[in-house]
Amino acid sequence: MALRTLNVAPGFMRFMPKEYQDLVEKGPFGRQIKVTDLGTFKEVLEEHPMCEGCAMAFFIRLSLAALPNPEHTVMVGTAGCGRLAISQAAIPFVYGNYCDTNGVATGLKRGLQIRFPGQHKDVVVMAGDGGLSDIGFSQVMHSWFRKEKFTTIMLDNEVYGNTGGQESGMTRKGEVVKMAPLGKQFEKIDMLGLAQTSGVAYIARLTPTNPSRVFSTIRKAVLIAREVGPTYVQAYTSCNIEYSIAPEKVLDDARQVEKERYGFVEIMSDEAKAYLERIDAESKA
Amino acid sequence: MMNSKPYRVVPGPEGLLPPAAATCGIVLPEKGEGLVLGSLQSEQETLLVMARELLTRKNPTIFPGPLVLWAWKEGVAEKAASVLELADEIPGVRIIPMPDYRPIYPKIDPEAVINPCHPNLTIWHNKIEVCVFVGVHCHFANITLKMIRAGTNCYTITLCHEAGHEDSMASLPFCGADQVRALTEAIRQLKREGLRPRYADTPGIQLTPTQQTVLSGLAWQHGDGALAE
Repeated sequence: MALRTLNVAPGFMRFMPKEYQDLVEKGPFGRQIKVTDLGTFKEVLEEHPMCEGCAMAFFIRLSLAALPNPEHTVMVGTAGCGRLAISQAAIPFVYGNYCDTNGVATGLKRGLQIRFPGQHKDVVVMAGDGGLSDIGFSQVMHSWFRKEKFTTIMLDNEVYGNTGGQESGMTRKGEVVKMAPLGKQFEKIDMLGLAQTSGVAYIARLTPTNPSRVFSTIRKAVLIAREVGPTYVQAYTSCNIEYSIAPEKVLDDARQVEKERYGFVEIMSDEAKAYLERIDAESKA
Repeated sequence: MMNSKPYRVVPGPEGLLPPAAATCGIVLPEKGEGLVLGSLQSEQETLLVMARELLTRKNPTIFPGPLVLWAWKEGVAEKAASVLELADEIPGVRIIPMPDYRPIYPKIDPEAVINPCHPNLTIWHNKIEVCVFVGVHCHFANITLKMIRAGTNCYTITLCHEAGHEDSMASLPFCGADQVRALTEAIRQLKREGLRPRYADTPGIQLTPTQQTVLSGLAWQHGDGALAE
């Protein structure tokens, strides 16, 4: 996508659905959106088929609004709850197979760099813990080893929520879920540690309790991936169905999980830090 | 026993999972040709068939796709203008866009949009018995056309910018603004020859109720009251 693709052909505006008229007139494209702007513009994702109270849907909504240049972004995802919302957003979405999101993103990013040498094209993988830490694990790791310049965002609901509650590598040890009645036998995979070992330039772990923090984290991750190297964001996005959390208690749960074990973790390489400082200084100049 | 009768691509409903017409021996037309019910015809004959169907079947509707709806490159405005000229010649026609291909859940508004994932909903709701696809990327058009043939009685016409579509009832390949204007001219010719359009009493483009609602005040408008173009 590019800004010029957002012009309706002469004469056709009156036939366009209202949503598209709004996107053209009041969308986030071509301008910097702040978290305080939420509610004042047409977001790229509004309606979606996710469950009532879904923390993942909330996090996806915030993340998509936080993208620095949505008109120059391509999302990559795979099977799982998240793609039901991501694929419906007004941002190009590539549906990878379950194991190959980061392989697809690699090819996409390299191709876009060749095709648009003068324009940053951001590639963002957004998939669940099953897609990234289990079935897609190998390709995630290898994209990090190769220092591919795109962002990987894990929607960590700590379960296979879309298929009825099987344990994933990110399920906590001892956790009993609907299709793991004996409880998880192994520890939750330390993806942050693996990312650090692999030399990922920016690593963050957070919950959706603080929209400003989600905005700044996603923005940093996408910007650093442009020039420095791979970035990884891991977000706790509870499955309120599989973990039986009442919709109105979802954010309370996120706050509690953040306080007790998830926290907010941010690990940045020196190069990434210097890069952020440089673009910050340039924007103020 | 093998069926020796040539396969014909006729309006459905053909039932769940109709065969792809290409697997039944239907071949795509060359430049200067068209495809009507699976048979190769000259371009002019194809245009006249399309024109007749558009003027005589119930609830004619144009489904413009992203390639003509968005002015993404030079030449699109010209083709878009030719599509609007075509619409102006079909009494009672509606224009329901397919602005992109993203899935729309939990539900679509069939008076506002046609979605490639379930085009039958728009066709059923609006009781459309003849439609034109123009500016839709071929791979999505192919899916859509098969679904329409499977579940509806709609006569599908494709004005394809590439090689045409076996699964539509009438298809014109390599179709730019000139070919769209040729179809408009074919419609004018039939009218001159005395064909009275089914909706002769309601000339011009008819907005769907949803489009009327949006136009009457829910859309953002500029100071002069006109929608942004």
